[in-house]
Amino acid sequence: MDVVAEPRVEPRDLTTSARIVRFLNKTPIHIGLAIIAIIWLAPTVGLFVTSFRPRADIQVTGWWESFLQFRFTLANYAEVLSGQGMLQAFVNTLLIAVPSTLLPLILASMAAYAFSWLNFPFRDGLFLLVVALLMIPVQVAFIPLLKLFAPTGLLNSYGAIWLTHTAFALPFGIFLLRNFFITLPRDLIEAARIDGSSSIGIFRNIVVPLSVPAIAAYGIFQFLWVWNDLLMALVFVQNGTMWPMTKAIQNLLSQYGTEWHLLAAGAFILMAVPLLVFFSLQRYFVQGLLAGSVK
Amino acid sequence: MEATQPGGIDAMVEPTLKAPVAKPPGRRNDRSTLLFLGPAGLLLAVFLVYPAIYTILLSFNRGRRGEFTEWVGLDHYISLLTGDKSFLDLTQFPPEGAIWNNVLWAVFYTSIVIFIGLVVAVLASRVRYESVIKAVVFLPMAIAATALAIIWNFVYAPDANIGLLNAILAPVTERGISWLGNPSLVNAALIGAGIWGSVGFATVILSAALKSIPSEILEAARVDGASERQVFFGIIIPMVSLPISVLAVTLLVNVVKLFDLIYVMTNGGPGTKSRVIAFTMYFESIPGGQFGRGAAVAVIMLILLIPIMAYNIRRFRSSRVT
Repeated sequence: MDVVAEPRVEPRDLTTSARIVRFLNKTPIHIGLAIIAIIWLAPTVGLFVTSFRPRADIQVTGWWESFLQFRFTLANYAEVLSGQGMLQAFVNTLLIAVPSTLLPLILASMAAYAFSWLNFPFRDGLFLLVVALLMIPVQVAFIPLLKLFAPTGLLNSYGAIWLTHTAFALPFGIFLLRNFFITLPRDLIEAARIDGSSSIGIFRNIVVPLSVPAIAAYGIFQFLWVWNDLLMALVFVQNGTMWPMTKAIQNLLSQYGTEWHLLAAGAFILMAVPLLVFFSLQRYFVQGLLAGSVK
Repeated sequence: MEATQPGGIDAMVEPTLKAPVAKPPGRRNDRSTLLFLGPAGLLLAVFLVYPAIYTILLSFNRGRRGEFTEWVGLDHYISLLTGDKSFLDLTQFPPEGAIWNNVLWAVFYTSIVIFIGLVVAVLASRVRYESVIKAVVFLPMAIAATALAIIWNFVYAPDANIGLLNAILAPVTERGISWLGNPSLVNAALIGAGIWGSVGFATVILSAALKSIPSEILEAARVDGASERQVFFGIIIPMVSLPISVLAVTLLVNVVKLFDLIYVMTNGGPGTKSRVIAFTMYFESIPGGQFGRGAAVAVIMLILLIPIMAYNIRRFRSSRVT
């Protein structure tokens, strides 16, 4: 045993060599994480690079070789946007997503307010029913709703898909917002009531302004949910000129399965808005998705 | 994810576990109740409750054109479960069919997502660039299943000059493998794409759970000479078992509702080899026009989701008592 005490290195002023040693001790961890990062980035990066490559190049060399050739173009985006109607589909997705986000946002907030701060018979029982409705798959609604919508002409407009998206967003929205609203300070709401505020006044002036983070998280979740949806559009949008991007891309794939220059550009136009939301509003986005896991 | 202030947005993530408030103030029979609850209640009644009842009744009917024509009892269920090899084929081992594919998804997708999510969460917690790694694996959660399907169709492309996977395997394979065209590979390939899409979700949930383990416990075990393996299986795993079970339930719901990815990547093929229940429901009803049969498949989905619904309600109610 060495009796000479070694000079103690304070963790705060590590020498460079000590830092390197500490880094090397974690080498297996760094390697593992590097492999994970590559597996999670390479597929997306590959498609992204491909979306800028000329069609002729894609057929003969892999995207991983494109950095040697360095020939990139925007022609794929131009072709898919105008020639394949992706621009129209982008507008359609927007036309579907905006009302399908705002309507449930308003209706779920109102209902959640009733469930958290108003008194009415069977309140808790009805709330449990809402929680139970969370699990109803959209599939159970297809046939009856198609029958219901057929005579109204809503299937030839966006009315059918707006209403269906809204209704199926409500159980989750009511559940989420009610659970946030009940955490608001009780004194504040009682004081406003004593001061003579009506329920509408309390809702508009106190509950909603204090719940912006929760409402924003729900709104972002719902917006991306609708933006990314394919199934509802397949069933409730029957007019080809009104298809959203998800359906347009699926169509592109089944028509020209190997035209990767079009598919890659199309997929990135579809992904652009969600990725923008992800990078700019990451915190709300993650919170919204975590909360949305019950959906 | 950094911690947020109390009463903040975190209250939503596990809202049901928080102590609830007592009866809110307010007069009974407040007239504004109807105003606040009416619109949402009407939509739920017309678009969820009524269709659910209609579909359940229709599943016992011939159901041509979605109308109630002739009562057929359990005929649709019997023909689906015993007479349709694309839905359930128990005559061979291992079984095949859409239901069996959902079983494969439930077992492999759920367990592997949780396992990789846990590994990434544990490894990332040991380095300074933790948030970067979590963002990288979480990214697929943002994009549409349709886009995810295109990304993976591209990775799986049979041509080694296009598909990354075949390019990597090129030195050991004679020619490109058709991952999505081969009946014995297609489900594994699809599940792989699904895992890639969901690991980020598991990582974020489990990472938050790991951070809630008091560091003194881990330190004490390490000081007592426990190996990293013992710490992992003896302390970390038991302490995150509740988040893992919640996560597993969520992933199982994903499996029952799985549709977009399959529809875009393989359209249920080759043949009917990669169909899942939700795919059969769509296929029988919309292009197939077999509304009674489609309704029966929808009811089967509902039955599979009922235990999960019960679990969520129980979780919710038990948290009200505490």
